Amino acid sequence: MKRVLTFLLLASFLIISCGSSFTNNASDSPTSTAYIENKGSDTIVNLALAWAERYQAQHADVRISVTGGGSGTGIAALLNGTVDLANASRQIKAEEVETARSQGIEPLEHIIARDAIAVIVNSENPVSELTLHQIADIYSGKITNWSGVGGEDKPIVKLSRETNSGTHVYFLETVLRLGKSDDKTLFSMDTLLLPSSEGIISEVRHNPNAIGYDGLGYVPHDVKTIAIAKEAGGEYVLPSIETVNDKSYPIARDLYMYTNGEPTGIVKEYLDWILSAEAQEIVAELGFVPVK
Amino acid sequence: MEKSLNWREFIITRAIKASGYSAIVFVLLIFIFLLREGLPTLGEVEVSSLLSIRWYPIEDYFGVLPLVTGSLIVTLGAALIAVPFGIGTAVYISEIAPRWMREILKPLVELLGGLPSVVLGFLGILVVSPYLRVLLDLPTGLTAFTGSLLLGGIAVPTVVSVAEDALDAVPRAYREGAWALGATKWQTIWRVTLPAAKSGVLTAIMLGVGRAIGETMTVMMVTGNAPVLATKLGSLFSPVRTMTATIAAEMGEVANGSTHYHVLFFIGIVLFLISLIVNVIASSVVFRARKRAERILS
Repeated sequence: MKRVLTFLLLASFLIISCGSSFTNNASDSPTSTAYIENKGSDTIVNLALAWAERYQAQHADVRISVTGGGSGTGIAALLNGTVDLANASRQIKAEEVETARSQGIEPLEHIIARDAIAVIVNSENPVSELTLHQIADIYSGKITNWSGVGGEDKPIVKLSRETNSGTHVYFLETVLRLGKSDDKTLFSMDTLLLPSSEGIISEVRHNPNAIGYDGLGYVPHDVKTIAIAKEAGGEYVLPSIETVNDKSYPIARDLYMYTNGEPTGIVKEYLDWILSAEAQEIVAELGFVPVK
Repeated sequence: MEKSLNWREFIITRAIKASGYSAIVFVLLIFIFLLREGLPTLGEVEVSSLLSIRWYPIEDYFGVLPLVTGSLIVTLGAALIAVPFGIGTAVYISEIAPRWMREILKPLVELLGGLPSVVLGFLGILVVSPYLRVLLDLPTGLTAFTGSLLLGGIAVPTVVSVAEDALDAVPRAYREGAWALGATKWQTIWRVTLPAAKSGVLTAIMLGVGRAIGETMTVMMVTGNAPVLATKLGSLFSPVRTMTATIAAEMGEVANGSTHYHVLFFIGIVLFLISLIVNVIASSVVFRARKRAERILS
């Protein structure tokens, strides 16, 4: 998928560059095309593409090229000065900021959307509250029966996205390893790895033993969303746009775009549009949480 | 005039020859490509690590054993379903069914063979797996057995089609001879027709098994894809991850030239070798059966 995307972008880039050189030769065209290079996180790439498409449809004079490759790749490209906007699903690291400054680049952070993961169970399951620690124990295989977390005496069937999904990795780091980078906990081997969100939701909908997770925007109403507490004795919080934005829901993260210094001109216009109601509606459509 | 005819003849002969050899060339090219992309694995991952039981590629756990056993157990289950059903159907169509029934059944079976596997997978997720979970009281319906059932369904048309052709090719005189000796219909089928069509029926089984082991989409959707080592027959009723599903699910996102990429091609080599072994066994069995038949007839 990634390769196909890169290929398409390369191809379109070639076509565009041919086209523009052609017009330059022909005459001074009245409207000059402005380019925005946008690269980075694979979590954000679909969102960035959707934004770029809509924005280009409204602004014929703007061309936005979007590529994935990962947050690190995007930030590295920003430091090399090859992109205008770097997408990242994590905050820029201190050492990256240092490298940037040594090259005369001042990365500036913009929160453009939020990503929350809902933990879901079958609507017949009496369990409706879990702590992060309990969820970690379930997925790492320490708790294998619903009675271990106050439910019925039934085996727990654990569902996860495939390992290549950004959601899988984020869930592993934030929930199973509770955010500790030296923790080497893995998903229990009998965790079912399903290739799509739809697969997880369908199994949870039908199977009273199942537990799964998915991006908040994808969760339908006929499955039960679990309220989660950061630690035992803490307050159990259901995910919603409010609880994600006030940071009380624990499995959520900010999604960023980085610019070199205060953005100007066309890039600034694009970023302002991204934070507008229209663009944030696309955020919700793609299963993320709008910033406002 | 004659010269141009010769010239044309020359080109046509060469073209036909080339297309004949092209099959061999393509298989060889594919195999070389697989080797080129897959063999670096052996330099990057230790053999003991490849033979471990943990498959978690994003943290460099490359144990392929669970995937191999997963594929084998799903295929075994599919064969147990497809062989009796497929041969039974073929016998019915060819030997027992009246003519009008045959005219209906054969196209229907062929239609079943044309069903896209993703449609069967969808059916599996929405109907078969929830039903099996309740019926067999399993923790989840996404199991190797669900995969086997659907793969059996995919393999049956192949088995029926080839086996029916083989049965049809048995000379009518064989059956008439058996009837003349007073054999019942069942005795004729079991003792005369089936043995006479043995090599074709075996080919049918092997083609069916080959279809099952290579099938990807359906198993990816219904077997749960949990890389658990299948050690006993009971594993048939728990989730498994097959080699084909692993390649399909992970190839799209893997970095070109990485260890993970090479390991996926290595799995491809293993899969290739397994189908090769199945084919070699099949043709040797068929060969031996043919020799024996010749000895009896001579």
